Amino acid sequence: MEVNLLEKIPIISLKNISISFNGHKILENFSLDIKNGEFVTFLGSSGCGKTTTLRIIAGFEKPDSGEILFFGKKINNVPAHKREINTIFQNYALFPHLNVYENIAFGMRLSKKSEDYIEKEVANMLKLVSLSGFSSRKIASLSGGQQQRVAIARALVNRPKVLLLDEPLGALDLKLRKDMQTELKNIQQQTGVTFVFVTHDQEEALSMSDTVVVMDKGKIQQIGSPQDIYNEPKNAFVADFIGESNIIDGVMLEDKLVRFAGKSFKCLDAGFAKNEPVDVVIRPEDIKVTSPEKGDIFGKVISVTFIGVHYEIIVDIDGFKWMIQSTESQVPGENIGLVLEPDDIHIMKKSEHSGEYGDYSAFSDEMY
Amino acid sequence: MKSKRLSVVYSMWLFIFVVLPLFMIVLFAFTDVSGNFTMQNVLHVGKYSQVFIKSLIFGAIATVICLLLGYPFAYALSKLPSKSQGIITILIMLPMWMNFLLRTYAWMTILETNGILNSLLTDLHLAKIQIINTWGAVVLGMVYNFLPYMILPIYSVVVKLDKKIIEAAQDLGANRFYVFSKIILPLSVPGIVSGITMVFVPAVSTFIISKMLGGGSNILIGDLIEMQFLGNSYNPNLGAAISLVLMILILICMGILQQYEKEENKTYELKGR
Repeated sequence: MEVNLLEKIPIISLKNISISFNGHKILENFSLDIKNGEFVTFLGSSGCGKTTTLRIIAGFEKPDSGEILFFGKKINNVPAHKREINTIFQNYALFPHLNVYENIAFGMRLSKKSEDYIEKEVANMLKLVSLSGFSSRKIASLSGGQQQRVAIARALVNRPKVLLLDEPLGALDLKLRKDMQTELKNIQQQTGVTFVFVTHDQEEALSMSDTVVVMDKGKIQQIGSPQDIYNEPKNAFVADFIGESNIIDGVMLEDKLVRFAGKSFKCLDAGFAKNEPVDVVIRPEDIKVTSPEKGDIFGKVISVTFIGVHYEIIVDIDGFKWMIQSTESQVPGENIGLVLEPDDIHIMKKSEHSGEYGDYSAFSDEMY
Repeated sequence: MKSKRLSVVYSMWLFIFVVLPLFMIVLFAFTDVSGNFTMQNVLHVGKYSQVFIKSLIFGAIATVICLLLGYPFAYALSKLPSKSQGIITILIMLPMWMNFLLRTYAWMTILETNGILNSLLTDLHLAKIQIINTWGAVVLGMVYNFLPYMILPIYSVVVKLDKKIIEAAQDLGANRFYVFSKIILPLSVPGIVSGITMVFVPAVSTFIISKMLGGGSNILIGDLIEMQFLGNSYNPNLGAAISLVLMILILICMGILQQYEKEENKTYELKGR
C-alpha cells in the first residue's frame, strides 16, 4: 500500500522555482516532477540553467522563490549534508589527500558505519565500477576515467535515493565517454537509483535517458522520451538542438495538408487553424534523393561532405539551403529531386524560437 | 644557452651568499684565535644549554600562539570578498615595511611600567600590570613580529582550496565541523608547515626583542651570539660555534616537522589494501 503510494508521488518535485544571480535571471517559474527510478537528463547549452537546477536539488543553491519537494515533503531548508541525495561533480572533486578506499568510505564514516560494513561495501563498489585492487591508490595516480569511476562509487555507496550527475563525462575522450555512458546506464538499471543527469551533448542525452528535459534560457522547452523529443520536437529550438533539422516556414491548409517550398504536402498532423503559419521540420536522414523530374521538389547540390557513416549534402532550393544525409554521394552543381513522405514531415506551432534557426547556409551554430 | 648563463650566475650567487658564509662559520667554530684546529669552542657551547632550552621553548610558544591566532585569521580572510582580501593582505604586510627595531621600540613604550598601557589602566582606575621585562613580553614581541609569516602561507593554501571539494564533502553528509576537520584542515597542512617553519626559525634565533622587552634576565641564544661578535666578551670563534649548534638544532626540529607531515599523509593511505 505504502509502496504504491511512494511510486505515485514524484521523488523530486520542483514547483515554480525562480533564482537569479546578481540580478541575472537563471531560472524563472521552473516546475518539474521526477519519478522514482527514472533516468532524467537536463539537456541544454551552457547558461541554460541546467546545472543551477541540479545544484538546487542538491542543496548548494537556495531558490529565491518556489518549492523543492522530496517524496512530497518540502526540503527547501534542509542543508545539503542532510539530503538523501548525492552528486557526481563535473571534475569529480575527489579528496586529494585520501586514497581511493578512504574517498569511497568517506560518507559511510560520517554516518558511523562499522569498519566491517565499510570494508565490504567499498569492495562491492570497486567491483561494480571495475576498480578492484585500486583501493590503496592515490587519487593523483588515477586516469580521468578511473577518477570518474571512483566518484561514482563514492556517491553510490551511500545508497542515495537520487544521484545527481553534473556533466560527469565532459572531461573524457570520445571512446572512453561512450564506454562510460553504457556503464552508467547499466549501473542505473542495476541499482534502480533515480539518476538526474546534466549534459549539453544531445547524443548522450538521447542514448542514456528515460526522460529528456530540453532547456533554454531557464525554461523547459520540452519534456519527453528520447523518441518523442527527436520525432516530435515541440518547437524550432528543440528541433535544431536535437540532431540536424531543416526548419521551413509553412502554412497549414487544413488537417493533414501543409504548404511549403511552393507546394502542398500530405502530412500526419492535425488540430491547427485554417491557414495557420507553422514551422515544418524535416530530418536530413528522412529525405530520399531522386532525379529532378521525379522529386516533389528539386534543387542544386551546393556541397557534399563525407562524415563517416554517411554524406551530408547541402541542396539549394529556391535560396533555402537544405541538408540531406544519404549513404550515396552526389555531384556538386547538379540538380537533384527530393522525395518527402507524409511521415517525414513534422509540423510545429510557431514559437518565440521561430526564425532563429532555419537553413544550412551557415554552419557556425551547428559546429559544437 | 641563456639558461646556462643564468645557471652560472645562480651558482656564483649561491657560492658567495650561502656556501662561503657557512664555510666561514664552520671554520671559525673549529679554530682558535690563532687559527689552529680546536674542539674547545664547540665543547664550550654546552655551558649555555639553559639559554638554548629557553630559546627553543620561547620560540615554540610564540609559534604555537602564532598558529592559534594565524590559522583562524587566514581562514576567515579567505572567506571574504576578493577585494577586501587584497586590502587586508596589504594591511598585514604593512608593519613589515617598517624597521624591526622601531616596531620593538614602539612595544617598549606601550608596555613600560609608566607606559601607554599602564597609564590607560590608571585612567580607568585599574591596577597597573608588569609586562615589560617578563618572558611574556618577549613572547609577545615575537608573536607580533612574526605573525604575518604564519598568516600568509596558510592563507595562500586555504584560499586555493577547491570549493567543489568542500561541496562534495557536504554532499556526502559532512556538517561544518567535519568539513573543516576532515577536508579543510588536512588540506591546509602544507601551509601550516611552512608557516611554522617561517615563524619558528627566526623566533628561536631572534635577538634584541629579549633585550628590549625582556630585560637583562631573559637572554636568548640570538643575543648570546650577538654578544660574541659585538659585546665586551668578543669571541667570534665561540659565536660561530653557538651558531653552528643552533643551526643543527633547528635542522633537527624541521626534520621532525617534515616527518610529521609525511606521517600525516601516510595515515590516510594505511586503510586501503
